[in-house]
Amino acid sequence: MPDDTQKRLRDLVQKVAGKPLPQDSEESLFESGVLDSFALADVVAAIEEEFAIKVPDKDLTPRKFDSIARMEAYVADHGA
Amino acid sequence: MSAYLHAFGAHLPQRVVSNAELAARLGGTTECTPEWIESVSGIRERRWAADDTTVADLAVAAAEDCLKRADADRSKLGMLILASGSAPPGFPGPAAEVADRICLATTPVLDLPIASAGSLFGMAIASRLADSLGDILVVGAEKMSAVIQAHPLDRNTAILFGDGAGAVLVSSRPGPRRVLHSVLHTSGELRQQLSFDWKSPLQMNGGSVILHASRKIPAGIREVLEHESIAPADVSAFLVHQANQNLLARVAKALAVPAERVFSNIARYGNTSSASLLIAASEWANQSVPAPGPVVFAAFGAGFHWGALVAV
Repeated sequence: MPDDTQKRLRDLVQKVAGKPLPQDSEESLFESGVLDSFALADVVAAIEEEFAIKVPDKDLTPRKFDSIARMEAYVADHGA
Repeated sequence: MSAYLHAFGAHLPQRVVSNAELAARLGGTTECTPEWIESVSGIRERRWAADDTTVADLAVAAAEDCLKRADADRSKLGMLILASGSAPPGFPGPAAEVADRICLATTPVLDLPIASAGSLFGMAIASRLADSLGDILVVGAEKMSAVIQAHPLDRNTAILFGDGAGAVLVSSRPGPRRVLHSVLHTSGELRQQLSFDWKSPLQMNGGSVILHASRKIPAGIREVLEHESIAPADVSAFLVHQANQNLLARVAKALAVPAERVFSNIARYGNTSSASLLIAASEWANQSVPAPGPVVFAAFGAGFHWGALVAV
């Protein structure tokens, strides 16, 4: 259920960032000032726990987790 | 494994380069102010060596400081290990010159061209070889100002780095701290995320480096502590490669330990690459009374190489 995944991701990112998220799920969370690279480490760890997936080293790039839409695509592609 | 940490030494060049001086050299724009540099790195100033100072010069000074503090007989050194990611390319590496200048006759030396994590790798290797080689002097020495000035200054990297050297004497002889365990890792597939070859400017995918360091440093520390059944909360001090103050804060948060438990001197020296761990250790060890209890050393850098070592 993509909508459910998106809501879980939004809740998770908002909890880590402590800031409101842009409405547009395609908008960069870095350019909008919601996340920086340090906080992204916490977001990735939270995604791994929430969706019971393991993000391998090769996928650990900010670009793959730049927006809610990209996080959603990543989770969808990795079995959640 | 019977290895002990006997003493640390360090050397910092005299010249202080403030954020204000660096911001002016970087154009003095509204985006690059002294305050911005400090906010993104925790660095207020760094040391730069003179143009004619070499990596070997810095290494010799730190080595001599360490040998003096350890009151060690240099003629009995079983090995010298020198870590540096900023030594000029070519052979022999700077370890041979350092050995000659600190009056080692035929002691074997080993160059580790490993930036940032080089000293940690040297300490771990020395700990594993001490049983057969006895006293091993590990030095990390870097002239990162030469790296960042080899090409036009890049705001994203020039603000971070400084010069300096640190050293530790590792020995099979009983000493102040006994090494319990160490772990080392390398992910070669990520080598292009942070690299330098003198022909082109330092390449650093900052976001990726931070993301990996934020995960791998705490993971390495947990791995080495779990092996010894030690909880992070029971560690008296975490001596970590001084890459960025925000990263040091993340390490403390990830391990759920007070931020002040992670030693920091980055505000004064910047990121001195492989020298930073031993400069930090030297300042920590030469404080009036370091707190008792386990001590963890950890580093992460280009390669990516990372790891951790625990001693009591």
